[in-house]
This record gives sequence, structure tokens and C-alpha cells, in this order.
Amino acid sequence: MIDQDVLERVLAGATTTGAEFAEVYAEDKRSTSAGLDDGRIEQVSSGRDRGAGIRVVAGDTTGFAYTSDLSEAGLNIAAGAAAAAASQGGGGVNSVGLTKAAPHRPNTIVHDPDSIQKARKVELLKRMNEAARAYGPEIVQVSAGYGDSTKRVLVANTDGVYADDEIVRTLLRINSVANGDGGMQTGYQSMGHTVGFEIFDTVDVEEMAREASRQAVTKLAARPAPSGEMPVVIKHGTGGVLFHEACGHGLEADHIQKGASVYAGKVGQQVANPMVTLVDDGTMPGEWGTLGIDDEGSQTQRNVLIEDGILTDYMWDFLRSRKDGRPQSGNGRRQSYQHLPMVRMTNTFVMNGPDDPGDIIANTPKGVYVAKLGGGSVNTASGDFVFGMTEAYLIEDGKVTEPLRDGNLIGNGPKVLQDIDMLANDFSMGSPGTCGKDGQGVPVGDGQPTLRVKALTVGGTAA
Amino acid sequence: MSGGGTSDELQAIADRVIEQAAAGEQIEAFVSRGGETEVRVYAGEVEHFVSAQSEGIGIRVIRDGRTGFAYAGTLDDAAIGEVLSEARDNVEFGTVDEFAVLATPDGVEPTEQTLWNDALADCGTDRKIDIAKELDRLASNQDSRVRVDDANYADAWGEAAVASTNGVRQAGRENGCYVSVSTLADEGEGDDVETQTGFGFSVGQEPGEFDLERAAREASERATQLLGATKPASKSTTVVLDPFVTAQFLGVISSTLNGSAVVKGRSLFADRLGDEVAAAGVTLVDDPTNPLAYTSTDVDGEGLAARRNVLIENGVLRQFVHNSYSAGRADTTSTGNATRGGFAGTPGVGCLALSLEPGTRSQAELIADVDDGLLVMAMQGLHSGVNPISGDFSTGASGLLISGGEIGAPVREFTIASTLQKMLLDIVEVGGDIDWLPMRSAGMSLVIRNVTMSGA
Repeated sequence: MIDQDVLERVLAGATTTGAEFAEVYAEDKRSTSAGLDDGRIEQVSSGRDRGAGIRVVAGDTTGFAYTSDLSEAGLNIAAGAAAAAASQGGGGVNSVGLTKAAPHRPNTIVHDPDSIQKARKVELLKRMNEAARAYGPEIVQVSAGYGDSTKRVLVANTDGVYADDEIVRTLLRINSVANGDGGMQTGYQSMGHTVGFEIFDTVDVEEMAREASRQAVTKLAARPAPSGEMPVVIKHGTGGVLFHEACGHGLEADHIQKGASVYAGKVGQQVANPMVTLVDDGTMPGEWGTLGIDDEGSQTQRNVLIEDGILTDYMWDFLRSRKDGRPQSGNGRRQSYQHLPMVRMTNTFVMNGPDDPGDIIANTPKGVYVAKLGGGSVNTASGDFVFGMTEAYLIEDGKVTEPLRDGNLIGNGPKVLQDIDMLANDFSMGSPGTCGKDGQGVPVGDGQPTLRVKALTVGGTAA
Repeated sequence: MSGGGTSDELQAIADRVIEQAAAGEQIEAFVSRGGETEVRVYAGEVEHFVSAQSEGIGIRVIRDGRTGFAYAGTLDDAAIGEVLSEARDNVEFGTVDEFAVLATPDGVEPTEQTLWNDALADCGTDRKIDIAKELDRLASNQDSRVRVDDANYADAWGEAAVASTNGVRQAGRENGCYVSVSTLADEGEGDDVETQTGFGFSVGQEPGEFDLERAAREASERATQLLGATKPASKSTTVVLDPFVTAQFLGVISSTLNGSAVVKGRSLFADRLGDEVAAAGVTLVDDPTNPLAYTSTDVDGEGLAARRNVLIENGVLRQFVHNSYSAGRADTTSTGNATRGGFAGTPGVGCLALSLEPGTRSQAELIADVDDGLLVMAMQGLHSGVNPISGDFSTGASGLLISGGEIGAPVREFTIASTLQKMLLDIVEVGGDIDWLPMRSAGMSLVIRNVTMSGA
């Protein structure tokens, strides 16, 4: 993308105003997407995004500029703007020598999506549309989307970091709408992996479509969700967002350093039930949050955040680890070359516990069983977080009974971690997610075994 | 997209693309360029300063009822050629759709708007930094319990041109700026410390119009008034939505009145034109021609004139909003409600500047009439607990209890729930305290009865 000698000259030039650190992040991304709605392939679209972001750090001030011009002249203009924004005055020309890091590629790509004919991608959507509609006469509308992208990334900085990565993503999603006497209901399924088109050798796209329709049709008979505090059981592979919100964001070092997290100052303390071990791992092959390097050139790794209920560490990027004088953890990420990096999760999951999933429901006299979760959000300073349930049932006398209408659940992170009183041995990863923070979205994965929280507030309307 | 000779270059690029249309081919080119400045201050110093520009082109091609699209984040000639050929290639995979057409000029003249401000364009870097530092200082000094999480100055400018073989040709530029501040309020010691958060902002045509004092005061008050909040008991109650919360609620309602959702059978109001869908006295208007609206504009995302549309009039559903495609399918005409997120996407449908017709009374007067209720100061999880297709509404909330017409104790960690259908009919009164927020909807206090509050 950019020659090494150009990178060295641009970085040296960016620090002539006295800054102690400069970084070039360049990306070249090609993407294809196709959308089907109302029985029609509405359009196939192709995109090309290419550019570089240049970051210059002087003291506690960061200057940042980006450009879509990857020539030496274009990069120098952006570097000058970033350096001016982070100027300390004085200083001399730094000489920068880069040595390329050995590639770290957790993923194996068999069929680069760019090598696959668009007709085959469109065909997937048509098959899903047919399968979703064939599920039953209640299905009145279906939309489906396909997307793939190949992003080449290059990071170089004045500390000598010089690394690259190539990230391939493949995504498929489907929405079904069912209509009945009580109005319309919706179902949704998605799958996304950091692999190529070979994923469709193993994924049954018709089954995905039928599953979305099944959810919508099931909910036609749904009654209003209950209102108030009660035990909540969350199915494996659907509830990772609970931990993402209840503690994941609160363990990001930028919130910690600003004293804006309920988990600040709690390393070494018991923050969760001793059954709970929470990991953030950017190296899991094929998962949605997997990367070879983070967006600051630091190799991704497996980070244990909570071990047997004890808080062991936070997640770190370049600036926060520099400030604390400790190693980075591979969690510096950004949405694109037009964005500054910050501390972000990758694939965040809770490991297996001791319980049998069937026993968890059998041991719950009354409560709610959540079979599919929607999104969520958290206030890291107060710890209050919400997440949506998009497929849920009542639990009565230890059995899953009637379906419930959609709603939010609300809890407080530190309390909910302590209130997890049963954890099963049926771990699985969940659906691909997009995590939003400070206006930037990045792809993340999550996972968890079936679990029970002994008291969560269910936000329905039924007494 | 009004005025300005600076967009001539972009218009010329768009014109050159559509000149290449072959017989039987409709082409639309959307070309834009923009820039942004962002200053974040923390602990009295600049934490980061972002200054950058970007540009790009999106090309839509329709042939024999099939649509293809491509974009690139650059304006160099070779890349533009590639984008056109990719868009043409993508056409063959689209399904034939008789309604797939580009917008046709409809003779409606755009309302003149002042979307560009020279004072903002000329504002220097040092002043922008000073503003963010001043906001940080003002917010820090409001209350001894309050810390500032960050204080921000942000501005953006953009110029764009669109041209199509159907005769649409529009170019213009706009700029805008705002400041925002996030606060943390603490009470207690050690492991018992409780922290609540607040935010404040101010928008202006140019930095001289900012009300920094108000932004700082609101950010401080939002955080401190929640200190000591407890989890309330569950019950059905009357809620008073704060103006910012009402604006978010209107944003959800707008998706049910979207013409695209209607023609594709995803709107719960699809067959309800002429019906009473809201309480008597409730009038909902989308009016991007109102210069007071933050998102006011002269043309929509397809280059047609933006216009005033009355969606709900005195409780009765009057019309939906449409772009050219959804209008064609609904056998009506575009209401000038095409949306476009930039060069990387094709036009969608949406409300552009929504507002309830305001009432006459202040929030304090509305509260005085509530015997037992809740003032909702913030909602959390609108994206996860609201289903605009089924109408189920459930969000996290925080606020202040109301008892005997008086504001009482703070409450948090609970949800409020109902359905969108019911909430519109359960509106008791619309406040007169209209606030033009930096969103697609205006805010004002709104009283709604029979909402379920779920807590302990």
C-alpha cells in the first residue's frame, strides 16, 4: 500500500514539531453487499474505501488527520495537520527505522469473496427468501442481506512498530415478519465470520431462514412480558451481550483511567460469582471480533479479565498502557482510517460452569427464559445496563411455557455478576455484533453457556 | 444544498458521469466532499484534536427496471470510471422492478435556506480550543460533586452535487457546529461511592451562538439530581417525558410512518389513513423548511424540494412520508423525504425534521397536574427494547418521581413499557416548551398515561 521508505520519511516529518510519537494507519477495503426485500433483489452494491489516518502524540495531546490520498505528498499534508494539532514547539528531526513484524493471521481464508461470482451471493438470498416464506402462511414479509469485505491494513509508528493484516469478513442476515390476529411479529437470524465464502459449505442458509420465521410465528401467540424483578435464565450462545454490557465496557482502561467505571480500583477483588471466568480473545479463528493485529499494530491475544470471580485485568490500548507503564493487550481498535483508536473488546465470552442446562430450568419455579437477546447498552459510571429480549418465554414450575412479547431487561453490572447463581456446561459463541462507542462501530463476538441470574428486572407490561 | 459557487467542481464531476449514459440507461451520480474539526478537552488540556477532509462518489444505474450501485471514497478519474463500471456490472443481478426509477423533477421550488455560515468557516483553531476549554471550566465549577468526563467542540462542513439523466441537478454546501459536555457526579466514599452521569450541549450556526453556561449547567444538574436514586416499585403510572426524551420517542414513531415500511407491509399504521391513531389535539408535522429545525434543508436526498408534511392532524393519520420509489409503489408522489447517508449509500425514506405541534404550558405546569407519576429524564436501550413493527415499547429509564404535583425523589434502574399504538392514544398533553435539539426531531415535554414502570 505504502513503501517502507515513504513511511519512514512521513513518520520522521510528523515528529519534527517536537511530538514524541507518530503513527500511520492505512487501509484499503473492498466490499460487496446485496439486499433482498419484498421478494426482490433490490440492488447489489460495490464499495472501495482507501486512505490513511495519521496520529501524532505530544504529552497528553493527540493530533489526528486523515486522507484518501496515499501518495507521499498526500500523507505529508495529513501528517503536517496532525503534527500542528499536537505541537509542543521545538524538537528535532527524528530518524525512524522500521522492521516489518512477522505476520500474525489467526484466520485461514480458502475462498476470497472477491473471487466468487456475484450471482452466487445473490442466490443465497433467494434461497433464504423461499425457505423463510415456505415456513408458513403467517409469513408476510422477508428481507435478507449479504455482505463481504476484504480489508488490508498497514500500521507503522515511531516506536518501530511495522505490521500488516488482511481481514476478510462474510455476513448473512434475515428478517421475517409474521402476521396474525394480534398484529405483526418479527424474527431475526444472522451469521458472520472472519473467513471467506467457504463458510457456506457448512452453514445451512435455509435453516437460518426457517429459524427466523419460526421466531416470528411463535411470537404471534406471545403474551405481554411480566413486569418486575424475577429469576432470568439465558440460553447459551445468545447472552454474551449481557457480559459485554454488564462488565465488558466497564473493564476498558480508558473508562478506568478517567474514573468513569464501577470497576475502577477493583483488580484482585471478587467481582462475580466464583463460577465466572470472563475472557476477551482476539485470536479465535473465524470469529467476528478476530484480528491478527489490533488497529495500532499490536498483536491480538487472549486476555483473562475475570478468573473464578476475581477481577484480574482490564483491556488496554497504546495511550492507556503507556500512561500506566504496562504492555498493551491488543485492544486498540477503530472503525476506519477516519477514526482515532480507543480501547475496544474483540470476542468476549464466559467459560463453562458446572451445571446441566436442563437442571437450571427445572430448578426455577417461576421466571423468564430468554432464548434470543437483542442489543444492549450500559452506563459504565453507574453500572446500569439494559439488553433486549427478542425471543423469550415464561418459566412456570420448572418448565418453559408461554412465549412473551419483546422488551428490555435492566440491571446493575456489579450486582448482576454476583447474582449469577447457575452456570451450565454448554458454551457456544453467539451471533456477530457491532459494538458502538463514542460514535464508532466495530465488529465484536460474544459467547456464554446457559446461565441464571437470580434477580433481574423484566420490563414488560403484565402485572 | 443551496447556493455557493464552490460546488461547481463537484457538479461538473456529476455531470460528466451522467453524460456517459447509454441508450435505455438511467444514471444518477452523487458527489460530495466534507471536512470536520473535533476538539476534546479533558482535565483542562486538549486530549485530542481531529482535523480532516474526505470525498467520494456514489453512482446508481437503472436499466430495464434493474438497479445497481457502487461507490468509492475518492474522486480521482480512474476510480470514478471503475465505480461506473462496477455499478453497471451490478445491474444484472437486480430483480426487475417496474417502480425502480430515479426521481423526476416535480416542479416544487425549494424553500430558500441559509445553510452556510461564513463566520463558522472563518473561525480559527485557537478559538475552537478555547471554547472547549471554557466549557470544561464552566462545567467543572458548577458543583463540588461534579467532574467533567470530556468537553467537546465539533464542526463539520460539506458540499455535494447530484445529477441524473432524469433531469435532477442540484448542488450546494452547508456547515454547522456544536459543543457537548459529559459529566460525572460522585457521592460517598471508597467502595460505597455512587457515580451518576449527565450531559449538556449547545448548537449554533456559528460559535458565537453557543450558550456554554446552559450546557454546563444542564450537564451538572442531570448528573447531580440522580444522586441517591433508588429502584422504584413496579406500577402503572403517568409519565412526563423531558424534551430530549420526547425527541427520541418521536424518532421511534417516525419509523412507523415511513412510506417504505408501509409499502412493504412493515408499518403497524399501513391501513390506518383517516383513522384516529393519536389523542385528540395531537398534531405531528415533518417540516425541514422550518429554519429553526437543526436538520432543516432545502432539498432531499434525491434532489427534490424538501417540504412541510402534516402526518397526524388533531389525532387523525393523514399521510406517510415517501421518496420516489416508495411513492411509485403507493401510487402517490414523493413527499420530498428521500434520505441519503452520504456517497456510500442509495436514498432511503425518512422524516427530515419532525415535531409535535407544541401546546401552551410549561413543564412545571404539566407536572402540577400530575398527582402520582414520573418525570422521565433519560431513556436507555431504545434500539434493543422497542419493536416498531409489532409496536412493543420497553426501555430502561431514570428520572424523578412526581407526587401531588411536586417533583420528588430520584429513581433509576427501571423500565417503562407500553405499545406505540397505545402511547399515542394515551397522550394527555403536549408541552409548550419546544426545544430545537441537534436531532431529526424537536423536543418538548409530553404527558402520557397508563405506562408500566417495572422496578423492584
